[in-house]
Amino acid sequence: MLGFVIQRLAQALIVMLVISMLVFAGVHAIGNPIDLLISPDATQAIRAEAIRAYGLDQPLWKQYLDFLGRLLSGDFGRSFVYNMPVLQLIGSRLPATAELALSAVIGATLLGVPLGIYAGYRPESLFSRLVMALSILGFSVPTFWIGLVLIFTFAVQLGWFPAGGRGETVSLFGVEWSFLTLNGLTHLFLPALNLSLFKFAMMVRLARAGTRETMLTDTVRFARAAGESEWTILSRHVLRLIAIPIVTVFGLELGSTLAFAVVTETIFSWPGLGKLIIDSISSLDRPVMAAYLMLVSFFFILINFAVDIAYAALDPRLRARRAA
Amino acid sequence: MSGTMRNPLLEVTDLVTEFATRKGILRAVDKVSFAIEAGEIVGLVGESGSGKSVTGFSILGLIDPPGRIAGGSVRLGGRELVGLPPAQLRAIRGKAISMVFQDPSATLNPVLTIGTQMHLAIAAHEKTSEAAARARAAEVLARVGIPDARSRLDAHPHQFSGGMRQRVAIAIALLNRPSLIICDEPTTALDVSIQAQILAEMKALARDLGTAMIWISHDLATVSSLARRILVMYAGRIIEQGPVADVLRHPRHPYTAGLIASLPANAEPGRELRQIPGATPSLFDLPPGCAFAPRCAFSSAACAQAPALHHAGPRGWRCHHPRGMEEAR
Amino acid sequence: MSTPREATPFAVFREEFCRNRVAVIALGVVAIIGVIALLAPWITPQNPYDLSKLSLADARRPPGFVGSGGYVHWLGTDAQGRDLFSAILYGLRISIQIGVMAGAIAFTLGATLGAFAAYAGGRVEALIMRVIDLQLSFPAILLALVLAAVLGQGKWPLIAALVTAQYAYFARTAHGAASAERSKEYVEAALSTPLSPRRVVFRHILPNCLPPLIVVATVQIASAIALEATLSFLGLGLPVSEPSLGMLIANGFQYMLSGRYWISIYPGIALIFLIVAINLVGDQIRDQLNPRLRR
Repeated sequence: MLGFVIQRLAQALIVMLVISMLVFAGVHAIGNPIDLLISPDATQAIRAEAIRAYGLDQPLWKQYLDFLGRLLSGDFGRSFVYNMPVLQLIGSRLPATAELALSAVIGATLLGVPLGIYAGYRPESLFSRLVMALSILGFSVPTFWIGLVLIFTFAVQLGWFPAGGRGETVSLFGVEWSFLTLNGLTHLFLPALNLSLFKFAMMVRLARAGTRETMLTDTVRFARAAGESEWTILSRHVLRLIAIPIVTVFGLELGSTLAFAVVTETIFSWPGLGKLIIDSISSLDRPVMAAYLMLVSFFFILINFAVDIAYAALDPRLRARRAA
Repeated sequence: MSGTMRNPLLEVTDLVTEFATRKGILRAVDKVSFAIEAGEIVGLVGESGSGKSVTGFSILGLIDPPGRIAGGSVRLGGRELVGLPPAQLRAIRGKAISMVFQDPSATLNPVLTIGTQMHLAIAAHEKTSEAAARARAAEVLARVGIPDARSRLDAHPHQFSGGMRQRVAIAIALLNRPSLIICDEPTTALDVSIQAQILAEMKALARDLGTAMIWISHDLATVSSLARRILVMYAGRIIEQGPVADVLRHPRHPYTAGLIASLPANAEPGRELRQIPGATPSLFDLPPGCAFAPRCAFSSAACAQAPALHHAGPRGWRCHHPRGMEEAR
Repeated sequence: MSTPREATPFAVFREEFCRNRVAVIALGVVAIIGVIALLAPWITPQNPYDLSKLSLADARRPPGFVGSGGYVHWLGTDAQGRDLFSAILYGLRISIQIGVMAGAIAFTLGATLGAFAAYAGGRVEALIMRVIDLQLSFPAILLALVLAAVLGQGKWPLIAALVTAQYAYFARTAHGAASAERSKEYVEAALSTPLSPRRVVFRHILPNCLPPLIVVATVQIASAIALEATLSFLGLGLPVSEPSLGMLIANGFQYMLSGRYWISIYPGIALIFLIVAINLVGDQIRDQLNPRLRR
């Protein structure tokens, strides 16, 4: 197991290195920030001075090494737009995205898995068909459009929920959270619902497919032949057998929710990371883009790593193979 | 045959199991009748698709839609099982009648420990403490020949060899001391040497515990070493039955005769194994009358009528042209 | 079980497909949308890209309004005075075009790469698949977002972004199917004959990988269409002069808060009809091809 962990860690490091190159190249390709940094009527001398000051006159590989060196020392630079350290900027936006993404994924899993198991257990029943229809909608309808409809219905027409913003927050461990106040919760509800619909659909489909296949296996027949109740079979056998893909997807979805948060946050003016990255793409705020991409990549690699470990913990067969 | 048994443990009468498919209704079990005494070992022999496994599942009421038991009766100790509410049927499964399947690596749950799976099988029928369940599980595991049973309870199925895994499955089937075990080819997936071991052990176990057994197999040789009585199935019907030694020596039905002739042990050295010509008919378009007639060397115009069951002492057969009648007389 | 008359696999497939009424209807919807999108220039009352035909006097009118063109705007008009019905059909045209093109390129690229990896084996295979797996673990939308930002606006940059985000799914599927196929005896047999290896890959392995790839293709075309709309909504997709459905929706967003729902809602409904229908068809094909659901 330890060997496996070390091997995975080494792989993760190489991947991060490759990603840093891609991020650097990508960010470099998005427009020239110098035009934004100094006023257009500045003299050539001032312009050249600024270029030198930001190190933009250096050869590309040198700029990359500088970039990498700064990253390693924890210096992600300053935002051109907000004129504050990028790390601090991201840190101030992270909790908003974290609470949005977590409430969406957890809600989708807690609701989606039981419904999916039922839909797989009784695929012909009316309720199952309804659940599946809902999941196909959730799977197909673009997140941004659902967001619009939610706002139009619940905020504009019915006035039950606010159309955007984070609402009142409470400070806990020095971080502002919305989910601890009633007002914050009402602000959180619509965006979280919006973000969770796709995950919900995914969980339903995953749980349904797994259950349908598992119900046809000899494992279930054997459990039935032993007189175990249908509830025992679903809750003890089937749930454990389909847990592996579900945990995997849960982890990966937690990551991809970060990405989809871009859309939801834009629609609901939720002041999180997603809105930050969209704003910084349109304002060519290179340091923020680079830091965001590095951070998200890091996140993904961390999640993949955790999923791999969880896999091994859930599947005894895999554990044995890796120990060997 | 069934008439001669005074107090049968299990009595199956005119059992019909059908599957609704797109091409129409498929009758997998067609008016099957037989009875088993307490403690008796009966072999149920047939090719794949002959309906022998479906017969086993029908007894337990384990026919999933689109299949259903379309008629007949299954009585356990005089109690009718067909049409019993699911909860009552469930109380019988694993308690009075249990079942062992062909492939132990498919039946055992790969992600649960053996102990958990055995606990679930016990808890399905009675409330016991975890400790008591473990103790009983270990005891039964030891009984089926698993060394160091107590510590093996915490192992997962993949940590056992194929033969050991099947022993675990057998142990689960034995947990609640059933009066009948249905074994659906439990040794087919195993190595030949382990097959023989498990066969011998099962025979001893059934004798010691007084458990009756239906041993479903396509392998006449296996069954003959184990069972006292044999039922031969073809295309959903029982076409011959009787004491094993008698049936092997004097098969009445040409199909049984063909099966026996094709056993490697009966082949003359240096000559090809004998085969039954033709192939198993599709259950969708069975010939009218005797289903074996198109493959049968002795068929006549009479075979267009389905043969009735003929009785002679413990023997029974469905054939218009039974073999070996002259010798027997 | 043998049947008296052997039907071709395709006929069996078609028959099975037709037994799911929902899937048949969905296929019909896809076909209808495809046809009306194709015929858009001939059946719409207005060319929404022709700025000279637009009048600001007609802007933001509700459904049923009779505009300066003298015809009824059944679905209303947008902020530029475009007839929404016309704009939606033209938008569908763009969406389908981009979705199908991105899907086709990603299919070709991904399937070739995946089959090649399976065929090459060893280190090459391990490296390719590791990269693919890694890419798959990143959400497609983020990848597309960054690429769209890097490559700039326009049809081809957008397609490139979508292909990059999606080819890995095809590669993964093709690799899985091809490795399963490769280990089968008939391929071993074909490889031991003097046939060229390329011939073996293209004539034997790839055709057998097609069914799972087709399932992935339907899902990916649907998701390419959704992704394109999302990127356009975020302002990273197509130029404003040729509004796709996503951009129509984005443009209508600001008017929604004042109750002018139609500018965003109707293009959205068109989009959803298309995507849901494609997904329903894909679902049915997947269920039919899933060997684990067969007994």
